[in-house]
Amino acid sequence: MTAATAAAALVRRRPPARVRRKRLLLVVANHAVLIAVAIGFLAPFVFITLTALMTNDQALSSNFWPHPFRLQNFVDVFSKAPLLRWTLNTMLYSCVATLGVVLSSVPVAYALARLRWRGRNLAFIVVLVALMLPPQVTVVPLYVMWAKFHPFGFNFIGTLWPVIIPNWFGDAFSIFLLRQFFLTIPEEYLDAARVDGCGELRILATVVTRLAKPAIAAVALFSFLYTFNDFFLPLLYVGTNPHNWVLSIGLSQFRSFHQVQWNLTMAATLLVMAPVIVLFFLAQRAFVEGVTLTGVKG
Amino acid sequence: MSPWLIGFSVFFGYPLVMSAYLSFNHYDLLSPPRWVGLANYRYMFHTDPQFWTSVKNTVIWMVGIAVPLQVVFAFGVATAVARIKSGAGFFRTIYYLPALAPPVAATLGFVYILNPATGPVNTILGHLGISGPLWFQDPHWSKPSLIMLSLWGIGNTMVIFLAAVLDVPQHLYESAELDGAGPFQRLRWVTLPTISPVILFAVVLGVIQGLQYFTQAYVAAGVAAGQASQAADVTSVSLGYPLDSTLFYPVLLYEHGFSDFQMGYAAALAMLLLAVSFAVTLVIVLNSRRWVHQAVTR
Repeated sequence: MTAATAAAALVRRRPPARVRRKRLLLVVANHAVLIAVAIGFLAPFVFITLTALMTNDQALSSNFWPHPFRLQNFVDVFSKAPLLRWTLNTMLYSCVATLGVVLSSVPVAYALARLRWRGRNLAFIVVLVALMLPPQVTVVPLYVMWAKFHPFGFNFIGTLWPVIIPNWFGDAFSIFLLRQFFLTIPEEYLDAARVDGCGELRILATVVTRLAKPAIAAVALFSFLYTFNDFFLPLLYVGTNPHNWVLSIGLSQFRSFHQVQWNLTMAATLLVMAPVIVLFFLAQRAFVEGVTLTGVKG
Repeated sequence: MSPWLIGFSVFFGYPLVMSAYLSFNHYDLLSPPRWVGLANYRYMFHTDPQFWTSVKNTVIWMVGIAVPLQVVFAFGVATAVARIKSGAGFFRTIYYLPALAPPVAATLGFVYILNPATGPVNTILGHLGISGPLWFQDPHWSKPSLIMLSLWGIGNTMVIFLAAVLDVPQHLYESAELDGAGPFQRLRWVTLPTISPVILFAVVLGVIQGLQYFTQAYVAAGVAAGQASQAADVTSVSLGYPLDSTLFYPVLLYEHGFSDFQMGYAAALAMLLLAVSFAVTLVIVLNSRRWVHQAVTR
């Protein structure tokens, strides 16, 4: 009996050679797959970068390696297309919209998570529905609304304001993410503040925002990215007015703009990708936390 | 709360109602809406030659094929990353990066990499003695090319899956192993059931995103069409290029609403999208009880 248990323990500690070989094989296969997929995932970046450094003739040849390296491309794109103008428009859209999303979504999320009021559950369901619905469902009447709305003779079509303003009235995704996070804040903190005579607004402004910094950072980050990448809505409202184009629209029209070549197109593509990727490395933790927050608890 | 309610009614409630109203009208923004009853819907189902094409493209390709591929691929990568001892963070970063690339930039990159004549992919295939397909220029290959692009961007889903897989309690694996379960049985009977709520979340999100698939299709068609017309000097309509093979439902909606300004008809298309996305979400969530395992809750 004891011999049998001892043998069993021994087996558990050192599996037979056949099993060990099989395990090693699995580990090797696993790594092989991971590395192959990683190469596949990096390859597009590599090709885009290499082409961005080529002369136009090379970009049209079948050589992969730029010879000579042409860094001038990154200067040329600014003279061939109003890249700076597009960047400024994008920053206007992204920054003003992100500020609006954060300022308007935090109070709503707090009310949904922490305050008791009639219709709270209904309001939460409405947020979920708004989260599920494709933006295409509401664009037609919204466009009509902005097209027919001329305060003081100001024409909204052709400007970015119809895309920016709705963000100041809460964004379903941000409200949802923040609410999930606010639910995890222990009630005791809030009660302590209430005992000290804090009103709900002050609790929100001091206690909650401080505790929820990671979630708020994630919301701001996602909102910035979403607006930076947004193509559909700007296309509807400023598509016909090149003066107000954002980067995503400008880039999509880049090739037809001046019959520009692939090397310059890829240089511009890289320049548009760069800020996002830099932002990612600066705020990697907030990213991953944000993504998992939406997924696991959702 | 109340500013949100105002904003919400203006930017969400009102458009929904207005969309329903407009869908029964003929409206071109210039003359006032004219009531036409069900004519828009009749035209949609019976006459519009592009309607069923766009429905098939969207439902079969972007939902039926792309979503399962994305989920399976993301799950495979996530479990592979979860299994390795060191360097998981490195691989996770590599797999996440493409998800960050702005959609317009990523699409441009792919159109270049897959361009039939001088693109790196066809050059490599040529060295291997394979003559590569025409990718975005070929109606049979344009959708597979777009699906490849979508698989490149599975980073978000992968990160969510990875967090869920790492959250699976270790003792479940140990007891399964004691019962003699091999690696694949452990995956099937431990990992899958435990993380099934997260998979459900990814499927719902994937379907919703599949239904609103627009930017990549629009940009790829535009750039590929521009390329073709440069080469062969044919003027072609770029939406849905080539041969309506990338005409997805939101692209059709865009074409009617914002290129032809048939607001009534576009509103009818939007109402159908609303109904379908609502129904799809409901069906998936209600049926989830059958296969989603919810023993592990906090």
